[in-house]
Amino acid sequence: MDFTFSEEQQFFESTLADFLKDNVTAEQIRQRWESAEGFDKTTWQSLAELGITAALVQEANGGLGLSFEDCILLMQACGRSALPEPIIEHSFIAAALLEDVHAIAPSQTTKDLLAGVAAGEKVLMTSHVINPHTNMAQSADAFLIQFGDDIHLVDKSEVQLKTMKSLDPSRRMSSLDWQPSAKSCLLNGVKGSELWQRTLNRGALATAAQLLGLAEAMVSQAVKYASDREQFGKPIGTNQAVKHLLADCAVQIEFAKPVIHRAAYTVSVAPNRADWAVSHAKVCASEAAKLAARHCTQVFGAMGYTWECDLHIWAKRAWVLDKEWGDNGFHKNRIHEWLLQPKALLGPEFTFGRRYLGDANEVV
Amino acid sequence: MDLIYTSQQNSFRMEVRDWLRSHVPQNKLPSFDTDDGFEAHRAWERTLSEGNWGMVTWPKEYGGRGCDLIEWLIFEEEYYRAGAPLRVNQNGIFLLGPTLMEYGTDAQKARFITEMAKGNEMWAQGWSEPGAGSDMAAIRCRADRDGNEFVINGQKIWSTRAVYADWVFGLFRSDPESSRHHGLSFILVPLNSPGVTVRPIPQLNGLPGFAEIFFDDVRVSDFNLIGEEGQGWSIAMSTAGFERGLMLRSPARFQQASRRLVELYRARQNDILDLSIENAVVQCYMDAEAYALSTYQTASRLTKGGKIGAESSCNKIFWSELDIRIHETAMSLLGPYAETEGVGMKYHEEIAAWVDGFLFSQSGPIYAGTNEIQRNIIAERLLGLPRK
Repeated sequence: MDFTFSEEQQFFESTLADFLKDNVTAEQIRQRWESAEGFDKTTWQSLAELGITAALVQEANGGLGLSFEDCILLMQACGRSALPEPIIEHSFIAAALLEDVHAIAPSQTTKDLLAGVAAGEKVLMTSHVINPHTNMAQSADAFLIQFGDDIHLVDKSEVQLKTMKSLDPSRRMSSLDWQPSAKSCLLNGVKGSELWQRTLNRGALATAAQLLGLAEAMVSQAVKYASDREQFGKPIGTNQAVKHLLADCAVQIEFAKPVIHRAAYTVSVAPNRADWAVSHAKVCASEAAKLAARHCTQVFGAMGYTWECDLHIWAKRAWVLDKEWGDNGFHKNRIHEWLLQPKALLGPEFTFGRRYLGDANEVV
Repeated sequence: MDLIYTSQQNSFRMEVRDWLRSHVPQNKLPSFDTDDGFEAHRAWERTLSEGNWGMVTWPKEYGGRGCDLIEWLIFEEEYYRAGAPLRVNQNGIFLLGPTLMEYGTDAQKARFITEMAKGNEMWAQGWSEPGAGSDMAAIRCRADRDGNEFVINGQKIWSTRAVYADWVFGLFRSDPESSRHHGLSFILVPLNSPGVTVRPIPQLNGLPGFAEIFFDDVRVSDFNLIGEEGQGWSIAMSTAGFERGLMLRSPARFQQASRRLVELYRARQNDILDLSIENAVVQCYMDAEAYALSTYQTASRLTKGGKIGAESSCNKIFWSELDIRIHETAMSLLGPYAETEGVGMKYHEEIAAWVDGFLFSQSGPIYAGTNEIQRNIIAERLLGLPRK
């Protein structure tokens, strides 16, 4: 029993966090807003050089062969910097799905694409039915698209994009118009369905980790502002009414962390039994991020309601990610259904499932 | 990260489970805030101690098992799973115990921890005073040194378990010239000393769960001084304080309550009209789980030599609000049957337990530092907001 991250895992996170701190500033994010693409190729290339795009791809296919657990802190760091590039969608959702497909139905096409994805040369996006629109589709080279249980690999030339404005100026949302064909179908039936389920869980958990990072960043911005801004001759942060707004955010953040970290472990070791852990993570990260957005906006006062104040870069991301990869209703329903199952393992002795009873396959 | 118990941890769990199965009383004990109930719980503490289960984290020479925090969590999980009696000596084992381990001399540990572990001495806590509640540094109760003794004069209030306990530990002002958090000492006082008057205070349930204690020239040996004279404040606020925060309410307590809540919900599901209940049940279960995961993460870090940090100040707010939510939801599920503790209903005992728990949950955000004080601590120490 060891619920801590290894030195390697922490080192990878701090390397990425340092890069993001220096290279993805609020000012640069605002520059992305002005561009049609909203996507900075240099940043993308640097992230690929750091190994992010290769993380979940197996070594045999040109990647690093890391686990989802190894990468969860990276996703949190991306959230903290409000990174606009869809590195998470590419590296931790699409690449992982392609890797899963390749493990079941290997082909030269998937192998070549994996190498391109790992190198960051090919941008791969996923379209799962739970999300009506796809972020940064215009920058993608190919898509993995859900059609019933089928997994289709579709080149960008085969897809018509209908692009629409996002609430979050850092995002570029599109609906995809395309035609499924026998040729584009990589996998179908039970296997396809199972992989889409895994993808949904990875997507929801990756989103949860970003939401946690967003919440942390908003609180630290509000703490700084409340420490500097003076009214009645003293910093507003000396007032308990202000302190308590932020303390409430801190409590939610603290108790979302271990839930997300446990879910990352479960997704890594038992990807087909991760629904409960992932849904829990998504719900508490969403709640933490929404509370942070609301309370931090309040702490900034009128400034918090301006376009000029950077806070909304993070707040708007939180508001949109809250609804992506299943909203709270979807995820709470999954937990509710599970709680009603007569066989659900409830209670203090089942915090980590029933593995201690000797059933090595059981992680609930 | 490896979230699988070792085979050693698994056998420990099974050992705990087996022992509890054959020792936990068949019938629920009466409340420990009654004459009979207190003695019944004292007897249970002795039973625990005979099996060396009194406090598993203590070293073997003091009646413990030298367990690490993960094993402590496993013990607690099995303890709540078995529905074993509440720990009447929790002030001693969870609050004073860790302090003695860190600051007590060997002689003090041998004297006090051993008796505590044996279930012979029950402890009350003596922090608050009429003029020192949330503002604990305003303590006025005096301990004047006189040779090898302290002479104690003044008053404590809200002293949990003081009505039936044998001893009280607390902070006293040993330097009459001092103010605020200076000049305080951490002293242990036998409640049967001449000059001690204990006046019970009935709680919301009508039972005397706490008391006022009056000290009138009470003489105690300076053997009972923990740490240095005047060091009381830092002892009370020390690392041990954080660990106390970790151990005060083990997650198993809330996981077991949430399990019972889900069972109640399953039974009452078809009679529920309030649309928010389903959501509340889901939220309670998730939060109990989150508290457990958070405690495991902290325990894991500490086991690997890490230090507990200011983030632990979030615990108390989280579990106390969770406890209220669990019990409010149960009350909603019981509807009008809760008022009369379900007299005549099939699950009468179960309903009475929910009502008791509901009343007790009201105290959670108040004791052990109100949640408002906790929010100040989080804001200043964890987030770094300015004090003034």
